[in-house]
Amino acid sequence: MIRLEKRPQPSKAWTTFSPLLAVLLTMVVGGLLFGMLGASPFEAIRTIFWDPLFHPNFAAYSRPQLLVKAGPLILIAIGLSIGFKAGIWNIGAEGQYIMGAICGAGAGLAFYPSESPLIFPLMIFAGLAGGWAWAMIPAVLKTRLGTNEILVSLMLVYVAETILASAASGFLRNPEGMGFPGSRNFKEWGAAHNGELIANTGMHWGVVAALIAVIAAYVFLSRHIQGFNVRLTGEAPRAARFAGVNPTRVVLFCLGLSGALAGAAGMFEATGPAGQISIDFNAGYGFTAIIVAFLGRLNPVGILLAGLLMALTYIGGELAQLMLSLPGAAIQLFQGMLLFFLLATDVFTNYRIRLSRKEAA
Amino acid sequence: MDLSSINPVLLVASIMVSATPILLAAMGEMVVEKSGVLNLGVEGMMITGAVVGFAVAVNTTSPMLGFVAAAIAGAALSLAFGFLTQFLLSNQVATGLGLTLAGLGLSALIGKPYEGMKSPTLPKLDIPVLGDLPVVGKMVFSHDIMVYFSLALVVAVWAFLKHTRAGLILRAVGESHDSAHALGYKVVRVRLIAILFGGACSGLGGAYLSLVRVPQWTEGMTAGAGWIALAIVVFASWRAGRVLIGAYLFGGVTVLQLNLQAAGADVPVALLSASPYLITILVLVVISARGNHGAPAALGRPFHASH
Repeated sequence: MIRLEKRPQPSKAWTTFSPLLAVLLTMVVGGLLFGMLGASPFEAIRTIFWDPLFHPNFAAYSRPQLLVKAGPLILIAIGLSIGFKAGIWNIGAEGQYIMGAICGAGAGLAFYPSESPLIFPLMIFAGLAGGWAWAMIPAVLKTRLGTNEILVSLMLVYVAETILASAASGFLRNPEGMGFPGSRNFKEWGAAHNGELIANTGMHWGVVAALIAVIAAYVFLSRHIQGFNVRLTGEAPRAARFAGVNPTRVVLFCLGLSGALAGAAGMFEATGPAGQISIDFNAGYGFTAIIVAFLGRLNPVGILLAGLLMALTYIGGELAQLMLSLPGAAIQLFQGMLLFFLLATDVFTNYRIRLSRKEAA
Repeated sequence: MDLSSINPVLLVASIMVSATPILLAAMGEMVVEKSGVLNLGVEGMMITGAVVGFAVAVNTTSPMLGFVAAAIAGAALSLAFGFLTQFLLSNQVATGLGLTLAGLGLSALIGKPYEGMKSPTLPKLDIPVLGDLPVVGKMVFSHDIMVYFSLALVVAVWAFLKHTRAGLILRAVGESHDSAHALGYKVVRVRLIAILFGGACSGLGGAYLSLVRVPQWTEGMTAGAGWIALAIVVFASWRAGRVLIGAYLFGGVTVLQLNLQAAGADVPVALLSASPYLITILVLVVISARGNHGAPAALGRPFHASH
């Protein structure tokens, strides 16, 4: 008979080890899955995890993509993780990402074709504000009326998608675009383009922002009283109340912060790698970032590593599509599996496995 | 705008069809939540049911077999959720989200070869006498069997929860798992059965989308229907009859906005297509403003027999 026994304290070793075990399990099961799809399991895993970085022909192209893809994932996941720590479930980051992009790009396009150096900072500010405002909807509803933030934030993703559709084909459409949907291309407008800062590295302002967010979140959570309050609210809500933590402020802060960061990520993406506001410029980063946050143990440094790993699976997935003709959806399933295995192996962090002959009476 | 182009008989008939998938999924989720488990994976189980049901119906040319397969697929996915949350005590919110993400990926993977195909659809029942009634006959009594199955399910769940011993145990587990455990009820077993039932219902709801409502397979076709089902359970204050009202209300909004779009109403299309989601939010707001609304006391809390 296998029994679980609660540990007095979460195991430090397992906290670090369980994500690695989850990745390993995902590789094994994912390999079997790819085998069933008719690709050699070892080749598939190598294509996804190794070739994007070290393949003699492709690596030169795909290595910079690592930072391009990891930037938004990390930036969004950092914001989400602080909310998750407090037990506040913002799962509508995708919507905040879209609204940040629309606001950021829209603020810039209002001044087209100005070449003022103030354009880009203005756009960053508008992106932050757009995402923040979109996240304030579930936040205010939760604090004022007790409405469930999970459902509201998720519903707002679909609303944001319809706004995006009408932005791309309506109010933000390129007037010189021959009637095609999609905004002006930011790559052709120097002052507003979020280009590569160092050639062939993939480093753009969004990646810089993500790195700053990692450091700031680390300091905030481990050194700042508000960070302590956030953690306390999640782990012992009653104790937090007795200690004088205002739960309303924590909700507003966590949702607002995660919304603003997601909005900024959207703005950096639309004006950089994506290049324009189009109907489908959003690539589901808002949802994948949830996996990144958990895979990184809601810890800033962990999220940095998890974001890079998840970015690797995106690039590797594209490569596997190209070279092994694996379907693109397989990689989506692969990422979902990773979260599942992570949650499963997490049991070892809080519980010990005991083998006993008989159940205690 | 030409409102006279909207035929009231067809309107009610299509409301019933568009409400059925959400009604099925919401009924299942209500039972799960009544047992104290919050499964946020409804969307993932629905879309997996949609693709599996469609694939089986195409290959066997039997829509009924498609529904059976969809229920099994939904239950199989929910079993993964049940194993993680009940035996490995994982966080229910995170696991449910994971189920949705994995389900979306899985369905896209299975569904690739079936895109653009046509499936055999369910025949409309030919009910004698009732079906021949003027107006009402066409409105209510000439649907396919799943519409009536979903209505029967509402009655069955209501009767089960209110009038049977097993239903009482299920509610006890959902209100206080520690007391139920102390009384000797198998908390984990009861919850697993509820989770499986919820998964099967979600699968059926998804299959209804792909086999009857649309009827076609497209990637991501549930478009939030599973999340709306979750919202309807909250709206319904965990009562079977109100789930029915909620689902039909929502079906009404969906059909009405499509009809208004078709009739060329003087409202922006974006606002109309966002209206089902906006109204869901509105409903949640109104319900939560009323204060405590009867959520099972142990909802979302993990159970471990050690404490």
